[in-house]
Amino acid sequence: MPAYIKAISYHLPENVFSNDDFFKAFPESILHRDNYMKIGVKERRIVEKNITASDLGIEAGKALFKEHDIKPEEIDFLLFCALEFDYPFPTSASIIQEKLNIPTTCGATDYNLGCSGFVYGLGMAKGMIESLGLKNVLLITSSTLTKTIHDKDRSSRFVFGDGAAATLISNRETDEGISSFVFGTDGKMAEKIIIKDGGARNPISETSYLENETENGNISTNANFYMEGVGVFHFGLKTVPAMVNDLLLKEQLNIDEIDLFVFHQANLFLINTIRTKLKISEEKVFNYMELVGNTVSATIPIALYEAIKAGKAKPGQKILLAGFGVGLSWSATIIRL
Amino acid sequence: MSIEEFATQLESEFEDVEPGTITPDTNYKKVNGWSSMHSLIIIAFVDVNFNVILNGSDIKSSETIRDLYSIILEKSK
Repeated sequence: MPAYIKAISYHLPENVFSNDDFFKAFPESILHRDNYMKIGVKERRIVEKNITASDLGIEAGKALFKEHDIKPEEIDFLLFCALEFDYPFPTSASIIQEKLNIPTTCGATDYNLGCSGFVYGLGMAKGMIESLGLKNVLLITSSTLTKTIHDKDRSSRFVFGDGAAATLISNRETDEGISSFVFGTDGKMAEKIIIKDGGARNPISETSYLENETENGNISTNANFYMEGVGVFHFGLKTVPAMVNDLLLKEQLNIDEIDLFVFHQANLFLINTIRTKLKISEEKVFNYMELVGNTVSATIPIALYEAIKAGKAKPGQKILLAGFGVGLSWSATIIRL
Repeated sequence: MSIEEFATQLESEFEDVEPGTITPDTNYKKVNGWSSMHSLIIIAFVDVNFNVILNGSDIKSSETIRDLYSIILEKSK
């Protein structure tokens, strides 16, 4: 029996960081307001320093159970995707299992991915359901990336917001669900999106907190999040259209046969350029970042939830999902709700 | 697309630049208020119009619009 997405809910922190707040913090940027608006974000939610990605994930899980009348006992496996975990070990998934009252008969594990993480998680959940015979896999994708961004890193502070999504992947007795996948990884570009210090390779030291200025005037340190914006933009344009075409070829579909596209909500300018390259009409691409920003591995399920709510994503449609980011890594699939 | 058309059309993509600012010999990174967003606008414009994806080194190694145009022509071969 094929795996499919049965339900999605999400949770956002309360604190809002609006564009007005941003331009107060970076008054020199107001000269380029029109260009900033091309990014497509008007406000984003920022997590409190004492809240972790697992905390947001737990709230998303609770929202899922309540909104869709799902019982914790139904969960066979919990997958938790994040870039920030509670401890080096044990897994945050263990903490989440207990807090969500999921029975101890449930398998649970973390995996470390960013913006490609949701689609990767769908792939793993599909494998568990269709190969291992599990019935319900709970996929929680969560981000508190803003806690790792340097206060003076203008570009990242504009783009990113925090949030978590909980998605239930189940089986059903039809022949349609989650299609095949295209995956990709290029470790040669690992340093394009990175926190250099604080792991086993480069433990935190005095030099970790030395400020560096990038050529575009952003400030960061080796202990903070770093993204080479131009390099990642180039990566997105090179990788995403090719990945979409590879998947269509694999599924023997024409691009016109896809009813809706939900790309990782990296930024609107990049998505619009990808859309133009692929010659997809504007109404076939659903975006939801204006009020939440780029929430990393939570962007696709949040956008999908809103697409369903708005009546843009409907049962029976072919919906192409494409994620890409840290790794660098990428993945795409086609789902039928 | 001629180099003059390239300069004019690129200028219209930069919403915060006065008309007539960008010519083939303009050192585009010295245009008032240059930011990383302008690099993204150039990369997107060139990709859509020339089917060439410029990278960070292309932007870094070029100074004028003419330099950029030469890189595009070279990569189009």
